[in-house]
Amino acid sequence: MNKRKSKAIGVLKNSQLLVPLIAILLLVVFNLIRDPSFFSVGLTTNNNGDPVLQGNLISILNGASELVILSMGMTLVTAASGGQDISVGALAAIAGSVFVKILKSGGSISAPLVLGAFLLCCAVAMAFGAFNGSLVALFNIQPMIATLILFTCGRSIAYWINGGATPTVSSPIINAIGSFIPGIPIPTPILIVILMGILFALLFRFTTLSLYIQSVGINQSAARLNGINSVGIKLLSFIILGACCAVAGMIGVSRLGLINHETLLINIEMDAILAVAIGGNNLGGGKFKMIGSVLGAYAIQALTITLYAMKVPSTDVKAYKAVVIVLLVVMGSPVVKEAVGRLGTRLRTARRAGAGKGAV
Amino acid sequence: MKKLIAVALVIVLCLSLMPAAFADDLIKVGVVNNPPSESGYREANVNDFINVFTKENGYDASFFYSIKNDEQLSAARQFITDGVDYLLISAAETTGWDAVLKDAQEAGIGVFLFDRMIDCDPALFEAAVVSDMAKEGETAVGWLLDQKLNEYNVIHIQGAMGSDAQLGRTGALDEQFDKGTMKKVVQQTATWDEAEAKKIVESVINSGDPFNVIYAENDGMAKGAVAALDEAGITHGVDKDVIVMGFDCNKWALRELQAGNWNYDGQCSPFQAQVISDMIQVLQGGGTIEGLNENKQIISVEKGFDAREITEEDILTYGLGEDVTVG
Repeated sequence: MNKRKSKAIGVLKNSQLLVPLIAILLLVVFNLIRDPSFFSVGLTTNNNGDPVLQGNLISILNGASELVILSMGMTLVTAASGGQDISVGALAAIAGSVFVKILKSGGSISAPLVLGAFLLCCAVAMAFGAFNGSLVALFNIQPMIATLILFTCGRSIAYWINGGATPTVSSPIINAIGSFIPGIPIPTPILIVILMGILFALLFRFTTLSLYIQSVGINQSAARLNGINSVGIKLLSFIILGACCAVAGMIGVSRLGLINHETLLINIEMDAILAVAIGGNNLGGGKFKMIGSVLGAYAIQALTITLYAMKVPSTDVKAYKAVVIVLLVVMGSPVVKEAVGRLGTRLRTARRAGAGKGAV
Repeated sequence: MKKLIAVALVIVLCLSLMPAAFADDLIKVGVVNNPPSESGYREANVNDFINVFTKENGYDASFFYSIKNDEQLSAARQFITDGVDYLLISAAETTGWDAVLKDAQEAGIGVFLFDRMIDCDPALFEAAVVSDMAKEGETAVGWLLDQKLNEYNVIHIQGAMGSDAQLGRTGALDEQFDKGTMKKVVQQTATWDEAEAKKIVESVINSGDPFNVIYAENDGMAKGAVAALDEAGITHGVDKDVIVMGFDCNKWALRELQAGNWNYDGQCSPFQAQVISDMIQVLQGGGTIEGLNENKQIISVEKGFDAREITEEDILTYGLGEDVTVG
């Protein structure tokens, strides 16, 4: 039994998931000490008269939804292209604008119209993703530079689609997407994240996509020589990220029934990249673990909610965030990992030597 | 050959003078502004100038929009070269304008600043029509004090830290917090982000701290805050548990007031064109502009709307952006 336990620790120690797990654990422990009721979840009735779950835990899971979905897509792009897409926030704003535009085109908002709007905004976002992807895959432009184009002009395009500053939509269906489905006490964005997770799990289980992406990321030419269409794989990863942007944009818009092209998911690209990094994924491409990025995203959101709950002054929030992030990134760096590993070995040999002496 | 060039030059000169000759009775105005895509506020501001400085009103107006100061500067120089009669500027940045304004003055061009001030000698412009953000905050806080609540437990959601609007709208409320007339439940920036505002209010609700006022520094963040209240089953609006205050007077926000879901919305008036047009007419008639303060400013009149008093006409006159369509 002891052997199995040490084996489990060994697996975890070598696992890239160690850092995000420690981050979440630290935040949980810190909050429990600060306020033991921090994670308590209660059932209340919302203003529509439906029962809903409420509490910081729900706020974290719910609020992180867009970030989690984007970091899933970002993981694939990072792995395949060895670079990051910094246009995800802008693209989500475009997708959200298209979504609202379609909803406002018809008279009344019905379920088929919402579905159509989602499919169209998905198509538009995937087309923009293909644009980014072709710059990277065909023209070999650094991903960050290639996506800088859409990062710069994306929100202007969204403005142009909106044709006004902040169009609003209100409908029970939109409310059901962004908030709660009547009768189900779990926020819908959490359900959408679970759905996306299942989709990716199935995709990795029943296709060779994951393997192909990793091989393209590790060595593009070797992958090509082995018959993998590396251009196609890179392109595909950007298109999948585009679809993720559409889903995130739709959730963001539906939360409040309002599209503000300037503020929708603002600065989320940096958090998405950070989530991938905290998740222990190599930002230079190659092997990846999507679950790491997901944990990283939840850790970032948990940090934000913790700071709000601590009532940190508004001018200091970013500084606090930065300190924690520096700690996490340093903790995950190879140098620190190696040092910790060496320390562990030395301790173990010392203990063994001590035990040996005791026997004599 | 030289003759030919000379003739060509004369023709070009004549052609270039011709429009000026035809447009003799129109007042030439060059407007340098920020692009309408900046915000709903700016869109309304841009449209206001387009609607006031028309041919029917006796103006030949050219417009230039940029968010970059250097592009604005070169556009202003171009307007001076083109020989406009008046130059109207809403600067992207407060500095770097001295040389251009001096050129304009030497060319006998009247300069008006609107919406944003420039750091320069007031002698370089005729007048500035600006908003007083601090006054917006004072008006709103004054309204809140008039509600005579037994206690004020305020959730204060701030805009992007350091922006004019944030500083102005925060100042008056901070004063009350310092005096102790109002209790600060939380003061946090959502950097104008609606979704972030919702998270902030959620965290207060989760902590169980009592509150009865939400003071959000723009409409979008107020909407985010209200979404959090709705999910938690807390009532808000006229004669309800929580007072909701917003700023900017978007049409959709004023509709929330009309429906009694919110209590107050403060205006930041984007309508400065008419005031400037009136002053230009005074100058054209040989008069001098009156009613300026010591910094040669005219402060726009700004209103605050109370949900109990707002009328349909108010919404149509002062509301920004597009109206709500019921889905």
